[in-house]
Amino acid sequence: MGVRTAGVRPSFPRAAAVATVVIAGLLLPVVLAPGALSANERGDGSGQEGEVTLRVGIQQEFDSLNPFLGFSRAATEVFRLIYPTLTTHSSEDFSVVPELATDWESSRDKLTWTFHIREGVKWSDGEPVTAHDVAYTFNRMMTDSAAATANGNYVDNFADVSAPDEGRVVIRTETPQATMRSLAVPVVPEHVWSRVDDVAGFANREMPIVGSGPFEVTDYRPQQYLTLEADEDFWRGAPTIDRLRFVNFENSDAAVQALRKGEIDVARKLTPAQFDALKGAENIERVKGKGRRFYELVLNPGAANSAGDPIGTGHPALRDARVRRALDRAIDRSELVDRVLGGHGTVGAGYLPPIFRKYHWSPPDGERRSFSLEAANRALDEAGYPRGPDGIRRGPSGRPLDFEFVLHGDSSTDALVGEFVEEWLSGLGIEVSLQPVSDNQVNQRTTAGDFDMVISGWSVNPDPDYVLRLQTCGARPDPEGGGLPDSFLCDERYDELYSRQLAEFDRHARVELVERAQRRFHEMATGLILFYPNALEAYRSDRFAGFEKQPAERGVITAQQGYWGYYRAEPTERARTAAGETGYRSAAFVIVGVLLLGALAVFSVSVRRRRTAEHRE
Amino acid sequence: MTETRDRDDVRRAPARAPRILGFVALKLGGGALSLLLVVVLGFFLFRVLPGDPARTMTRSAPVSAEQLAALRDRFGLDQPLYVQFRDFLGKLVRGDLGTSYTYNRPVAELIGERIGPTVLLVGTATVLAVLLGLWMGTRAAWRHGGSADRWFTSVGLTLWSVPTFWLGLLLLMAFGVGVGPLPGLFPVAGMSSPDVPAGALPRVLDVAHHLVLPCVTLVAVIHAQFMMVMRSSLLEEMGEEYLTTARAKGLREDLVRRRHAIPNALLPTVTLIFLHLGLVVSGAITVETVFSWPGLGLLTYEALRVPDLPLLQGTFIVLAGSVIVMNVLAELLYRVLDPRVRAS
Repeated sequence: MGVRTAGVRPSFPRAAAVATVVIAGLLLPVVLAPGALSANERGDGSGQEGEVTLRVGIQQEFDSLNPFLGFSRAATEVFRLIYPTLTTHSSEDFSVVPELATDWESSRDKLTWTFHIREGVKWSDGEPVTAHDVAYTFNRMMTDSAAATANGNYVDNFADVSAPDEGRVVIRTETPQATMRSLAVPVVPEHVWSRVDDVAGFANREMPIVGSGPFEVTDYRPQQYLTLEADEDFWRGAPTIDRLRFVNFENSDAAVQALRKGEIDVARKLTPAQFDALKGAENIERVKGKGRRFYELVLNPGAANSAGDPIGTGHPALRDARVRRALDRAIDRSELVDRVLGGHGTVGAGYLPPIFRKYHWSPPDGERRSFSLEAANRALDEAGYPRGPDGIRRGPSGRPLDFEFVLHGDSSTDALVGEFVEEWLSGLGIEVSLQPVSDNQVNQRTTAGDFDMVISGWSVNPDPDYVLRLQTCGARPDPEGGGLPDSFLCDERYDELYSRQLAEFDRHARVELVERAQRRFHEMATGLILFYPNALEAYRSDRFAGFEKQPAERGVITAQQGYWGYYRAEPTERARTAAGETGYRSAAFVIVGVLLLGALAVFSVSVRRRRTAEHRE
Repeated sequence: MTETRDRDDVRRAPARAPRILGFVALKLGGGALSLLLVVVLGFFLFRVLPGDPARTMTRSAPVSAEQLAALRDRFGLDQPLYVQFRDFLGKLVRGDLGTSYTYNRPVAELIGERIGPTVLLVGTATVLAVLLGLWMGTRAAWRHGGSADRWFTSVGLTLWSVPTFWLGLLLLMAFGVGVGPLPGLFPVAGMSSPDVPAGALPRVLDVAHHLVLPCVTLVAVIHAQFMMVMRSSLLEEMGEEYLTTARAKGLREDLVRRRHAIPNALLPTVTLIFLHLGLVVSGAITVETVFSWPGLGLLTYEALRVPDLPLLQGTFIVLAGSVIVMNVLAELLYRVLDPRVRAS
């Protein structure tokens, strides 16, 4: 080194050598110990041999673990697993079945409800679950506005709630309320929550969280994972798995890759492309469930607030039901299902998705507005909207038919639907300007009535009351900005049918009223139901043989109305016997190797340099 | 060069003390003023975002006007703007950044949770990228036009222009999931595994294991800027006559480079490094998203989607504040490093 003159060939080969050694060091453990790495694939993430952990990838953060505050879908799913509700929905067909309440009855005027609470149910800290806990939960929501954040709508109509003894809860309502049998409110332990003064400021993150469900939350790292342990003393019996873990993924592609690799057992909310790409993948079973959602194109029928004052910027032509029905005929729903959803969905018809077989209504042949551009054109001609010299139709006032179509900017589904609709409507002589905006702006503009067309959509509960209510006059925003409008429909006949179904306690009679309400909604054509997307999920078939679906026929395995899927998951023999070793060991070898080699290289280079430098000066 | 600087310092230092203090005061004052502007801007900027915060908070829940009023009251949204601003300033002085709409938790707490992972990821990546970039830039410039130069420059610039998201996904598939015979070596998401045995070493190793892919992605993308700056400033120095002098003294080429050329060429790079350090806190939104890294970048992104005003405000202040602080530090340090700045 010292002999070398004027740096003709400085240490480039040396650097290359170091790099080679480092790379070799990186790969050495891989080559020598393939077993260590297969342990990585096999690692089921459980702490001990023989214990089964079900790992579910989720793409949403828990907004809060406080059941009075959290209402993201991720959070409500956890609440269903750890807090009791009075009733739940069967996995078979969504029918209401007993949960914490064993049975219930109502007074003749349907204003007083008595729920009988199951005996022998315990909170996870050993205290008994009684009617007082239930009464406490409802009363807190009725008296503390912060506690009404997530589920306040359930108690809006409550007059008072009391517990005359440990086994009975009595609820009195202001007016008859058909949803009393499905109050999906998580019941909390009074002995824990009565010590919480400020519900809004309480994160409920002291582990383990005291609850009384099939699982108990024991560990939570924000944005990383949430772990639940099975409760062996659950009154229905211990769950089949020992542990359940929700793992956060910020993008669904990573979740799919984690499923392929075996880092998680269940991936959900897959896009049609991801779902199709998993076809034939080793050890992966796909689940194509019927969705609970409807996807809707809302036409502004002349928005008004609850005082009846017109608001917003809706196009006057859309106040004409004939125009709205003509637009409906210009939309080819089956094309949308094929091209936008890749076939993973059902063509839209009535308001409620077909997954709820009892309430689903589809227009009979005579009333169905099937796709036909000619018929749509004819209808617009007849209604008095002739084409101008530029080919654009004009309304009676001479204003051209140019509509603002508000879309969710981050939704590829919306973008595609927007393009198809724009194309079809241009065939009618109607101009559409697509306006993709943030989710929040979609909501704001909808509430303010500042749109001509907007994409909307709702997840429907087993009880249809919640979404049916969206189309009533009462759902329109009040002048101060409350309320939650959907299509701004305000129709006497619809409202009458809605109120009657809410007060109707005979199942068959109620079903009929719900159908008639949907028919009226279809006639008014303020909201065009385009399709019902499937819920696409996939799981590791080498570790789980199956999940209890809801509903039994073409149902989903996660995000159910209840806890069945996780509670009765069927682990395979392999999942039960797999060694509990995690993949960190092999990783440790790799990293330690790299670090040691790197340090060695740096050390030797610097020593040599120093030595030669000293030598020279 | 070095000799001149030493003599200069010894001779003039006492007379200059007040001027140095003045310089420091000026820079610190400027920094403080910028911070104040950031706070004011942070407050009013997010108030002009379209939409009613109370409606944002309730998202799609059907709420009554009373519930909305209660929310507005709880978050002080029913107060006039100047009162809100006064309250905001008062709380800020006490380190209270308000309460997040989405999480119903103090913003300071949320930021505190996420700042560690971000500093770990972006900090590690920056250190590696700086070291790698400087080393490659030096090599490339010293024998510019050579094969090392051509390779480093083209590879570096290619990676610099590649979309980070896409590169991250490629690495994730190749080294996280595995392709063909290549097994997946690294975890595809998160920062730690839930089942690591107790003890410090396994935990550190586990986090290091998770760190590899996001860190490599970041280094691959950002090292080119350090390389290019180092390369061009070293190329500039190489024409200088003091190097000829140094060579004429009989110094070996290695030493000419390390003792004379590199220290001078480093100056522009220092500024860049400090500016980049300011960005360390902001996180790398795309990388954090690809690898589900629980950092501040991700938090900001989520806050923006809602939008969660207090959270946005908080992250904005922390981010802008860190950039300002690093800027001031860079200017002060530059003066220490470069005598020409002092003389002027």
